[in-house]
Amino acid sequence: MNKTDALIIGAGPTGLFTAHQLKLIGLDCEIVDNLDKIGGQCIELYPDKPIYDIPAVPECTGEELTNNLINQLKPFDIKFHLSERVEEVKKEDANWLVKTSGGNTFLTPNVIIAGGVGSFEPRKFAPKECEQYENKSLFYSVKDKNIFKGKTVSIFGGGDSALDWAIELSKDCKINLIHRRDEFRGAQATVDKMHELVKSGKINLFTKYQMANAHGGQQLESIDIKHDNSEIKNLKSDYVLGFFGLIMQLGPIANWGLNLNKKTIEVDTEKFETNQKGIYAVGDICNYPGKLKLILSGFHEGALAARACFKLARPNEKYRFEFTTTSSNLLKRLGKKE
Amino acid sequence: MAKITYITHENEKHTIEVQNGLTVMEGAIQNDIPGIDADCGGGMACATCHVYVKEDWFNKIPKKEDGEDDMLDMAFEPKTNSRLSCQIIVSDEIDGLEVNIPSKQA
Repeated sequence: MNKTDALIIGAGPTGLFTAHQLKLIGLDCEIVDNLDKIGGQCIELYPDKPIYDIPAVPECTGEELTNNLINQLKPFDIKFHLSERVEEVKKEDANWLVKTSGGNTFLTPNVIIAGGVGSFEPRKFAPKECEQYENKSLFYSVKDKNIFKGKTVSIFGGGDSALDWAIELSKDCKINLIHRRDEFRGAQATVDKMHELVKSGKINLFTKYQMANAHGGQQLESIDIKHDNSEIKNLKSDYVLGFFGLIMQLGPIANWGLNLNKKTIEVDTEKFETNQKGIYAVGDICNYPGKLKLILSGFHEGALAARACFKLARPNEKYRFEFTTTSSNLLKRLGKKE
Repeated sequence: MAKITYITHENEKHTIEVQNGLTVMEGAIQNDIPGIDADCGGGMACATCHVYVKEDWFNKIPKKEDGEDDMLDMAFEPKTNSRLSCQIIVSDEIDGLEVNIPSKQA
């Protein structure tokens, strides 16, 4: 059981700056994120795209912004729990009991949801027959490649993940590579390598095909793939891998008793608190009249939510507003003063 | 101004007048058309504003730019006439455009 003054859900720019604000005013915090890295949408969706509307930063990429925010957190000791999704948030007396998919539990008076548009989940195959084989014969990521040895594996997708695994597994598996069009968006060298392996018969390539159906009993036996011209082919397959990137899903947040509006959470504009006391929402995921989905708005929302956390985490102390330019307290926390 | 007709998967037709310069996605979001999510807000980064454009219109509207097809690889049930509605800019020329919304976006 981890006890902390505030738990932040989401390690995107808003979550990171909110952590900065909490630590600055003397509160502890820990951060949970479903992605395996820090940065949220900035890292997952547009690491190389320039952003032009961060105040006082004329131009920076998603990755640069993330690195700057991580640098800004250097004076502080903050525990990150990556590749974990918050599954459950339950009231326990004056605290919230939070459980993650990684088996971690937290007891905290304050939960700050900085979840963007939800957590990133793999995009799945459309036919519903595929569901029953999920995590048995059909996967959206590879955890142990040894299970595929000597088997027939059908791999779907046109990006680097699909190509890399097709090439890697072709060493000791029979590989079908299926993609919806002729062009691949992977790195050119990887695409060339794949085409070589197709020529030498190591990979069977099917383009302009998509998943249509899955057949078998407990174990997957074969799949149907459908061409743009509606022709259907049946491929014997022991395993199927799908690499269609990630999609944002609200996920378990929908079950925490919060007032939702489409995929956003309603908050007040004083504390950015939800309808549940001690649960806040900041950044893209929160909603209030006039809400702008800008990174700069997330920073403001996080700063105010952090002050609100102080009251619940230190009920017997009074929060005093201070500037980093002049306060010796703040400068000490920042490591700028003994 | 252009009249855009959004046809949901349940075959409900919503015809909206959309201002020039907006995207077909923005026309849908501003008018609460169900079935277009646009999670990334028009950044061509999520494929949740995916629509199907009828053949005759598909060839008439401006062509896909680099990157749109890459993103469509990730859409739910993409077809040859798939587009991201955030990449179709509204102008007088597309007055009367009809787009079909897929059964879901992810």
